[in-house]
Amino acid sequence: MGDNRMGEQITGAQSLVYALETAGVTDVFGIPGGAILPLYDPLMDSSSIRHILVRHEQGAGHAAEGYAYVSGKVGVCMATSGPGATNLVTPLADANMDSVPMVAITGQVPSQSIGTDAFQEADIRGITMPITKHSFLVTNPDDIPRAIAEAFHLASTGRPGPVLVDVSKDALQGNTTFEWPSSLDLPGYHPVTRPHAKQIREAARMIIDAKAPVLYVGGGVMRARASQALMRLAELTGIPVVTTLMARGAFPDSHPLHLGMPGMHGTVAAVGALQKSDLLITLGARFDDRVTGRLSTFAPDAAIIHADIDPAEIGKNRDADVPIVGDLAEIIPDLVTAIEAEYAAGRRGDYEAWWSVVGGWRETYPLGYDLPDDGSLSPQYVIERLGLISGPESIYAAGVGQHQMWAAQFVKYERPDSWINSGGLGTMGFAVPAAMGAKVGAPDRTVWAVDGDGCFQMTNQELVTCAINDIPIKVALINNSSLGMVRQWQTLFYNERYSNTDLHSHRIPDFVKLADAYGCHGLRCESPEEVDATIEKAMGMNDAPVVIDFVVHRDAMVWPMVAAGTSNDDIMVARSMAPLWGSDD
Amino acid sequence: MSRHTLSVLVQDQPGVLARVAGLFSRRGFNIESLAVGPTEIPSVSRMTIVVNVEGLVLEQVTKQLNKLINVLKIVELDEASSVQREIMLVKVKADAETRSHILETVQLFRAKVVDVANDAVTIEATGKHEKLEALLRVLEPYGIKELVKSGLVAMGRGPRSITDRSVRSLDRTG
Repeated sequence: MGDNRMGEQITGAQSLVYALETAGVTDVFGIPGGAILPLYDPLMDSSSIRHILVRHEQGAGHAAEGYAYVSGKVGVCMATSGPGATNLVTPLADANMDSVPMVAITGQVPSQSIGTDAFQEADIRGITMPITKHSFLVTNPDDIPRAIAEAFHLASTGRPGPVLVDVSKDALQGNTTFEWPSSLDLPGYHPVTRPHAKQIREAARMIIDAKAPVLYVGGGVMRARASQALMRLAELTGIPVVTTLMARGAFPDSHPLHLGMPGMHGTVAAVGALQKSDLLITLGARFDDRVTGRLSTFAPDAAIIHADIDPAEIGKNRDADVPIVGDLAEIIPDLVTAIEAEYAAGRRGDYEAWWSVVGGWRETYPLGYDLPDDGSLSPQYVIERLGLISGPESIYAAGVGQHQMWAAQFVKYERPDSWINSGGLGTMGFAVPAAMGAKVGAPDRTVWAVDGDGCFQMTNQELVTCAINDIPIKVALINNSSLGMVRQWQTLFYNERYSNTDLHSHRIPDFVKLADAYGCHGLRCESPEEVDATIEKAMGMNDAPVVIDFVVHRDAMVWPMVAAGTSNDDIMVARSMAPLWGSDD
Repeated sequence: MSRHTLSVLVQDQPGVLARVAGLFSRRGFNIESLAVGPTEIPSVSRMTIVVNVEGLVLEQVTKQLNKLINVLKIVELDEASSVQREIMLVKVKADAETRSHILETVQLFRAKVVDVANDAVTIEATGKHEKLEALLRVLEPYGIKELVKSGLVAMGRGPRSITDRSVRSLDRTG
C-alpha cells in the first residue's frame, strides 16, 4: 500500500497513519485531545485501523497490553499531551515490568512551546524514560515513519517492552512525504537470539548429572512462544516443571510433570522443589522476590542454568553457573538436541528418587481451601467453578490481590495466552481494560475479567467502552467488600487492625445496577447453590458485557503463603501450619 | 568496593545524558565522576564514568547501560593500561610573601599559572586524580578561594582505538 503513497504531499499526521498501517496495526485504543487532534482527523479515514475510544487513558494502555498478550502483536494506545500522556504512565510501567510489546503514541505541544510550561505540556519522554524500553520525541514530520518503524521493532524484538513515541503538534501539522524506511537506524541495539553452543552443551551435561533438577519456567517462555518446545524438553527429560505467575499456561496444569506455581502463594510442591533442588533450569524467569522469598536462603544447594534474552537478568539476583543468552525459541530446542546427543552416548539422568520426594509433597499438600462455616460463598469455590465451566480455551484476566492469586491457583490453565495479569508492577484495576483488549485481540474466545471489588472500582468505566463497541467481556467480581489482600496482611501481621481496608461494597455501589447503567448485564450470586447456574447464564449472554457480583465471605485467605521477607523454607500451608519436608529435616 | 573507569560511546542524541544519569540513580549506582564530550565521529559522544562499586555491581552497571538503545559500546579502562587525566582550576590566596612559594609548588607539579591578581593566583593542573589531590593538599594552607575539576577522561594505551569499525560506520560525514 505504501508505494502509491510515496511522493504525495501530506501532513505529518497522515504520514503517521500510513506508518501505523504499514506496521500492520489494525486496532488502537485511545482518546483524542488538543495536541493529538491533527492525528485523529486522517485516522478517521483509515480503512484498516479500528480506533476504540476508551474512557480513560489508563484503560487504553492496559487494553493494549491485554491485546498484545493474546494476539502476539504489538498493542497500540494513543493519548494527547500532558494529562493524557501521564495517564499512560501506569500501563507503560506495567508493560515494562512484564515485558509486554506495546507502542504508545502521544501528542505533544508544538515544538516551539516545549519547555515553556505550555497548556497541557508534560515532558512525557523524560517522565517515562525509566519505565519504557525506549522513547522518541519527534518534532520533524519527515522523521515520523522512521520513529514508528523503530518503535515497533524495539517493542517486539529482543526482550519485548513498551516504546513511547511523542509527536509534537507542529510535526503532525507540517508537510512531508511518506517514506517507509528500508532499514532501521539502531546501531546500539543488537539483541542476541542464538545461544552459545558451548553453554548449551554444558547445560545438557549438568541436566544429565543432576539428581534433583527443576524446570523453573517464567514469562519469557510465553513471550518467546516456546511452550511446545518446553513440552518436548520436559517430556524428554522427565524433569519436574514449575510455572511462575507470569508463565501460567506455558505448561498444562493437567500434565503429570507439573508441580504448579512457585512463589509467595505457590504450591508446597513447587516451592519445595525449587528450595531443595540441586539444579534450576531457569527459562525466561528472573528470580523475582515473590518467587525466591529471602534471596540468601533461596535454593541453597542448587546450581543455576539461567537462560534469558536479556543479559542483564543473568546474575542480577542470583549468580548463574551456566548463563545462556538468547531466544528461548532457539535455546530450548537446542537443549533438546544436546540432551538427545547425551542419551545417544548412553548418558541419562536419573530423577526417580527426586520424583518420589516432590511427588510426595504434591500428594500430601494439594492446593485447597476451607469452605466457610456459615454457608456463605467461598471466593475460591467461585473461581474454581468458573475455570471448570468456562474451560481452558477461555481467557482469564485478573486484577491484583487475593482474587488474582486464587485465579492463578484454582483456574486450571492448559494453553498459553489464557492467563493475563499484572505480575511485576501489581497494578490494581488491570483486569477490566486488559480483558477488553484481549477480547479485541481474540474476539472468538470467551474472555473473563476475574476482578476484586477494590480493583473493579478503579477502572470499571471501560465497561462503557465494551458495551458501546460490542466487546462482550464477562466480569466475575469477587466482592468481599474489602481490599482483601491488604486485609489478609492486617489479619496476619497487624493484629487484625483493619485500617482502611473496608470498602463497604456490599452496600455501595450496587454493582448490578452499575452494570445496568453501563449497558451491561448485571447478575448477583450470593450462595454456593447459585454459582454454576449464574456462570452458565453469563456464558450465554454474548450481546453485551456481563458483570456477576459474587458476594463472597471476607475472611478467606490465600494459602499457602511465604510471608514477605522470610525464607521459602518457612512456607505456611495454612495459618500456623507448616509442611513437613521429610525425614531429613 | 573499588573504582572503575568506564568509557561509554553513545549516539549523540537529545536525552542520552538523562538516560544514562537516570539509570545510575534509579538502580542505586553511585557516580564518582562523569565527563561527556564529542569524539572523532560527529554523531558519537563519549562519556567517561567513574564508579565506586563491587565487581558484581559493575557487571550489572555495564549490562544495564548496554540495554539503553543509544549506547553503542562500553569499555572498562583499567589504570595500568590507560592514560587517565583530570583537569583542575584552583584559585589560591597569594600575597607578596607567599606568591613565590606557590609558584614553586606549581612548577614542582608541572602545573600552570593561568591568571594572576593582587591577592590571588589561578592555577591550572592536569593529571591523575592522586596527583591533583596531592597538589591541593600542598596549596590548602595558603587558602583555597575557589576550586573546579573536570570529570576524569581516559584512553587506552597502544595503537588500538575503541571506536572500531562498527562505530566508525556511523560516520556519515566522510
